[in-house]
Parts: sequence; C-alpha cells; structure tokens
Amino acid sequence: MADEIDTQIRTRSAGQLGFVVAALLLSLLLLINLPGQTLWLENSKSFAAQPRFWPAVAIVVMVICFALHLLRMRRRGFSKLDRAELRRWVEPLEYALWFMVYVVAVPWLGFLPMSLVLACALTWRLGYQSKTYLGLAALFAVVTVILFKGLLGVKIPGAALYEILPGGLRNFAILYL
Amino acid sequence: MEILFAAMEVLARWDVALALIAGSIGGVAIGAIPGVGPAVAIAILLPATFSMDPIVGLTVLLGIYGSSMYGGAIPAILINTPGTAVNALTTYDGYPMTLRGEARRALSLAYSSSFFGGVFSVVCLILLSPVLAKVAPMFGSREIFLAALLGVILVIVAHRGQMLIAAALTGFGIFLSTVGLEPVKYSRRFTFEQSWLASGVDLIVVVLGLFALSQAFVLLTMDDEKVHIAKSRGSLFQGFRELARHPRVAAVSAGFGVLMGMIPGVGEFTAQFMSYTSARKLSKTPQAFGRGSSEGLIASETANNAVPAAAMIPLLALGIPGEALTAMMLSVFYVHNVVPGPGLFQFQMDFVVALYLALLILNVLVVGFLLVSTGWLVYLTKIPNRFLGMCILLLSFVGVYSIRNSAVDCGVAAVFGLIGFVLKRLNLPIVPIVLGMVLGGIMEVKLRASMNRVKTPLDFIDRPIALLLFCVIVVVLGSTLWRVWREWTPVDRRSNAKKASVHFTKRIAGRKTRHFETRTKKQRRKRSYDHLGS
Repeated sequence: MADEIDTQIRTRSAGQLGFVVAALLLSLLLLINLPGQTLWLENSKSFAAQPRFWPAVAIVVMVICFALHLLRMRRRGFSKLDRAELRRWVEPLEYALWFMVYVVAVPWLGFLPMSLVLACALTWRLGYQSKTYLGLAALFAVVTVILFKGLLGVKIPGAALYEILPGGLRNFAILYL
Repeated sequence: MEILFAAMEVLARWDVALALIAGSIGGVAIGAIPGVGPAVAIAILLPATFSMDPIVGLTVLLGIYGSSMYGGAIPAILINTPGTAVNALTTYDGYPMTLRGEARRALSLAYSSSFFGGVFSVVCLILLSPVLAKVAPMFGSREIFLAALLGVILVIVAHRGQMLIAAALTGFGIFLSTVGLEPVKYSRRFTFEQSWLASGVDLIVVVLGLFALSQAFVLLTMDDEKVHIAKSRGSLFQGFRELARHPRVAAVSAGFGVLMGMIPGVGEFTAQFMSYTSARKLSKTPQAFGRGSSEGLIASETANNAVPAAAMIPLLALGIPGEALTAMMLSVFYVHNVVPGPGLFQFQMDFVVALYLALLILNVLVVGFLLVSTGWLVYLTKIPNRFLGMCILLLSFVGVYSIRNSAVDCGVAAVFGLIGFVLKRLNLPIVPIVLGMVLGGIMEVKLRASMNRVKTPLDFIDRPIALLLFCVIVVVLGSTLWRVWREWTPVDRRSNAKKASVHFTKRIAGRKTRHFETRTKKQRRKRSYDHLGS
C-alpha cells in the first residue's frame, strides 16, 4: 500500500490546454509591453538597480516555462472534455457577481442589512430553502457582523441608509452595524 | 533564564490569553470542517489582526495554524476526508482503523502524536534559539537574497511533476510584486496609466482571492456529500499510552517535521511523506501500513504538527517565509513596524521566545479541548458544502473590504478568486504565486542593496554563509537537473486508442511473422526431405 503513495500531484488534463495557452498569451503580451511599461536607466549603478530588471526576469521565466510546459504536454488539441471543463470555469462568475453586488451595496444599505440579505438570498438560491437553513444563514450573518465590526472593530464604514435613523440609534448603527 | 521570564511577562496579559483560547478553539473547528483549512481562515482574519498588538495578532494566527491540523485529523479518520490538505496521509491508516471499529483509538493516537510533534518542535526551537541568535546576525543583504532565492528554487523543486508550471506561477508572483511605483526612481511599472495600480497589487488582496474566494467558488459549485459517521467506543487517553510504545517512530517523525519546517519552501507535505516512508522502513510490520497501522498514523500526525513552530524560524530569523501561511504572517509584522530578521533575534529575543511559549501553551490547550469536545466537533463535518461556500464568501468580503474599504480591491480579489478556482480545478499549485510575490519583493530590495558593495561577481560569495548558500543552490539545481535528465522520456502524443491499435498490430505482426517463419521452415524441411527423398 505504501508503495502506492505518490508524492507527485497529477495535473488534470481536461482544460489544461486552455489555461496554458491563455497564460502564455498573457505572458507574451506582458513581454511586448515590457519596454513601454518600465524604465531603463542609462546611468544605473548596477543591473539590479534597473527598474526593468525584475519585471523582465519574472516575465521571461513565465514565457519560457509556460512555452516549455505547452511543448511537453501530451495532448495539444481541444477535445470535448476541454470544452466541458471550460464551461465549468464560467460557473463561479455568477457567485463573483453576487459578491460584487454585495460590495457595491454595503456602503449604501449597510453591513448588517446587506449581510442578512446576501446570506439568506444566496442560501435560497443554493437550494437550502427550509426555515432551518434560512434561519442559520441569518444567524451567521448577524454573528459575523457583531464579531467583526462590533467586537474586533474592523474598518467597515457606516452606510448612507443609517443617516435617516434618529440620533442615538444612528451613531450606534454607524459604529457597530 | 532572564529571557524566559521576560517572555512570560510578554504573555501574561488577558488579551494574549484570549487570543490563545480563540486561536486554539477556532483552529480546531476550522480544521475539522473539510474545505476550509488554515489558509482560508488566516487570510480572512489577517486584516482583523492589524488593529491588535503584534503578539496578540500573531498568537491568534499561530493558534489557527498550529491547531487546525489537530482538527483536520477528525474528518480524515472518521469520514476518509482530510480536514486540511496536510492530513491526507492520516486517511491511509486512520480510516481503516475506523472501519475496524477503532475510531476512538485512531483519534486518540492522532491527538497524542500531534501533541508530541508540536511540543517536540517547540522544545527544539527554544534550545536552538541561542544558536540562531548567534547565526542570524551573520546574514547580510546578500545572504538574505541567496536564502530567498533558495526558497524560490525549493518551492519550484518541491512540486515534482509540475515544476515548469510552478516556476511559471512563481514568475507570475514575482511579476505581481513589481507592479506599481518602484522604489529607486519612483517610476511606474506595468500600471498601464491606471491610478489604482500605482500603489501596486496588495498581497493580502491576492491571498484572500487565491485562498478564500477561490475556495468559496469551489464549494459553491460543488455537490453536497452525504456524510456517515461511524459510532465507536473507547477512551481518548489510550493513544498516549500507545504512543509511548513507539518512541522511535515518534522521535524520527518529529525530527523530520522540524527539519523540513525550517527549510523554506518544503513544509508539511515533504515532512509527512518522508516520515511515513522512514516509519515503514523501520517498522517490523511494514505490510500493515495503509491498512490501519498505528505507526503510520503516528508518523504522519507527528510530522505535520512539528512543522508550524519550525516554519517560524526562517520567518523570524531571516524575514523569509517558507510557505504561504508564514508569508501571510509576515504582513502582520510589517503592519506593526516589527521587522523580522536578524535584528529580532538580537534585540527582541523575549518576543521570539514568547511566541514559542505561546505555541507550547497552545498545544496543551488544544489537546485539552479536543479530549472534551470531540463528540460535538464531529458534527462540523456535516455542514453542507454549498452552505459553507456562502459563509466563506461573506467572510471574504470582511477580509478584503476592511483593508482600505475599496471596491476595486474586492474586484481584484474576485479576479484572483477566479484564477484560484481554475488552478484548483486543474490541480495546479497556488502557493508559488504567493511566495513569488513575497520573496520577489525581498530579492529585489536585497540584491540592489548588496550589489552596491560588490565589485566583482566573486565578491558576492566571499562570506562563509553566502558561499554555503550558494553551494546549496548549486547542489539543489544540479541534482534536480540530473533527476530531470534521468527521468526524461520523449512525449507520446498519440491517443490511448491509437496506441492500443498500433500495439495490437505489432503483436499480430509478430505472430504473423512467427507463424509464417514456422510455416516456411516446415515447408523448407518438407521440400528438403522431398528433395532428399527424390
């Protein structure tokens, strides 16, 4: 059994071609932009003090290694499996959008209200539509806000919505919610 | 002795005690939930620790780092799913023991081995501290540059079978560290005239994207799994007695953990595999490994828990993080203007010893907590994947947004979250990007500083430590190239079906030839007989 232990991690082959080609193209794009985006000093003390030196090292390593990896790949044609894997990569875009909507809405509607909305709505969207799960999601949102903003004092500003609240409550909401 | 008392004074505060309890309990709970892991938790908590004292913040983070592996053993043993990635080998022997109805024995062995590994490494480091305090000042700019370079090389070499992609991703990390204003002439690098890129790409934003958001995306797009937890009986103390019967395995494994933890870029995985392999070689019953061997369980759990304390050595002594978690901790130091490196060992030894003592207390707290709470910690493994994904998404927002209240940072983190998702889908490593970012910045500053004092290339290695590091780099590179050369095989791009058909044709062709050869021989013989007979 122990002989079967393999320290090597196997790279998934489906989708690998798409990733490597995209990464290589990005690296080449950066390489083309290297002279325009970095400075070369004529009177520099050493090559290490050149602003271009380290970006050049990094990009050259990227280009060479991605190209060599592409050359060493066993399969270099797109197949059904590759297309299926590429479709899987699009799936999290929906959740990235949920995240960004949450980010944009917090300064307007507040950390606590938006956390409650996001937690419950996303839980509903994920298929957990029972009262237990929705209650747990709401509880999680409230605990997160109390723990991070109320107790640990992380810097999340009060919302524009809190301005309409009466004096004492407004201050409390801006500070802790 | 004076330093020890000074360190105790540093720790004797209510907020440090609270941090120890929160870190140990939080870490165990995080480890017990498959799919979260210490990297996600540390990335999320990192900005929250910036408002704390360095010792308090680091104690929380170290607590999570050190105790998550204890918790990770619970799902590894009970449901064959490692709680953290480094508990993977625990499943080999832990789960078969559960199937035999010995789950409590396996859990007890895992706790006792982890405790031994943790305490062994802290004791080693406290004993090593005077030596480190003498060696650390011998590290100047060029030595730190060479140590960082060695770290980069070891990170790449450690990814066997994925070295090219690991090197490319390290290059990407180094590239990210160069974006923004450079520190010599304050010229802009790769900002594309965008003002938000002038301050560079924030390490914590990248870390939160690559570790936390990507994990949220992975969980949100996953199916839920039905978890069946087997019931078992027995004492959780039996493992401590059993561990005492295998002192050699425990000591060798803890030794591997300490050694591998100290080498930048190597970490828990290598320590675990090496200790497991050596334990199998030392064992009188090697055939039991992988089938519920107590020695196998001791080897894997002791080794991975000996790493966290040792991994703090390159960070504290040289300011060089050996892996992603210590790279994140480095930012806590920088935020509080505490510069880790030789100066820390020279002038703030009490702080260093206080950290080690905190780790020691943490191990005791964790074992005590586990002995009373294993019964309900088991239920954490039942949290559905997608619900967990929602929780991590919400917490990731707190982590990213609280840095500078910037929606742009959140957008950047989301992009890195998607990159991390793709890398995780392809089983490609994320750690080289983070280490490339951290070590790239260190290498740039240190190389520039050291080149000012160097006239000829040989001056760079004219000091003993620099020469030693240079020799190690040459040996590592040489041995890696030699191994690659020996294992080199030309790429075969034919499909499996094509390979099979060609192979079949060859076999048939062989048979055909043999068949005809035999037939021809027979006919010749016949003819010759005929001929002879005629």
